[in-house]
Amino acid sequence: MNIAWDTFTPWTSLAGGALIGLAAALLILGSGRIAGISGIVGGLFRPTAGDTGWRIAFVVGLLAAPLVWGLFAALPAVQSDAGTATLVIAGLLVGVGTRFGSGCTSGHGVCGLSRLSPRSLVATLAFMGAGFVTVHVVRHLAGA
Amino acid sequence: MKTFVAPFVALLSGLVLGIGLLLSGMANPAKVIAFLDLAGPWDPSLALVMGGAIAVAFPAFTWAKSRPVAWSGERLQLPTARQIDAPLVLGSLTFGVGWGLAGYCPGPALVSLGMASQPAIVFVVAMGVGMAAHALLTRPKA
Repeated sequence: MNIAWDTFTPWTSLAGGALIGLAAALLILGSGRIAGISGIVGGLFRPTAGDTGWRIAFVVGLLAAPLVWGLFAALPAVQSDAGTATLVIAGLLVGVGTRFGSGCTSGHGVCGLSRLSPRSLVATLAFMGAGFVTVHVVRHLAGA
Repeated sequence: MKTFVAPFVALLSGLVLGIGLLLSGMANPAKVIAFLDLAGPWDPSLALVMGGAIAVAFPAFTWAKSRPVAWSGERLQLPTARQIDAPLVLGSLTFGVGWGLAGYCPGPALVSLGMASQPAIVFVVAMGVGMAAHALLTRPKA
């Protein structure tokens, strides 16, 4: 295995991760909810009375993060090399998959593993495994 | 009281989570794919994102499990599902394929949308269609 030392960012990744954990801690202890993004957003597609305000507020917070960051520092680069067709297919798969699978990286990967949930462990191994295989196929086998 | 606190806590949580995603590098699809590409020059950074997140969230959830209510006075809504079934596994596999294709999972896609990133706009619209399709397919019969 060949490590990309030049792009490895251990400290900012660890610190950013700690903030993600803090956000999850705040939501469960403060409001009793799981900070799972697909669950929070997905719930908006089947709205129930009294259960939409906090979801919208959470999404607004996520969307506002780059604006708040931009007040203090230059935004980090985000680079996507995917074409439109790939983005559409990927978006559909992520939307359908996270809802049937009851969670994504945040809900299963962070909150679920922190709760020691066997369901979330299985889900996390499944989506990470599928992610590794997909990137390998696209980058090294399909000649893309 | 409840009605005021819940949206405020949620707004703050979303904001902190978004800043964490930006700082960690996870909002950058190229970095996510560099993590998922074990055979390429492998960037292990995202393993530390998950490690850092769990290091903070684990004690919080351990504490939360012993509490009947949240600070807002709301009931603690910890998931109750236990069974490892086909939707869980197949859904997660499907999600992983989409994640590997574009390097976006839902949180980073929304943060990138907040940066008005063109690819993120396309991705989030498609993700919304996927979530709406799930809501339609699983809607309770009247």
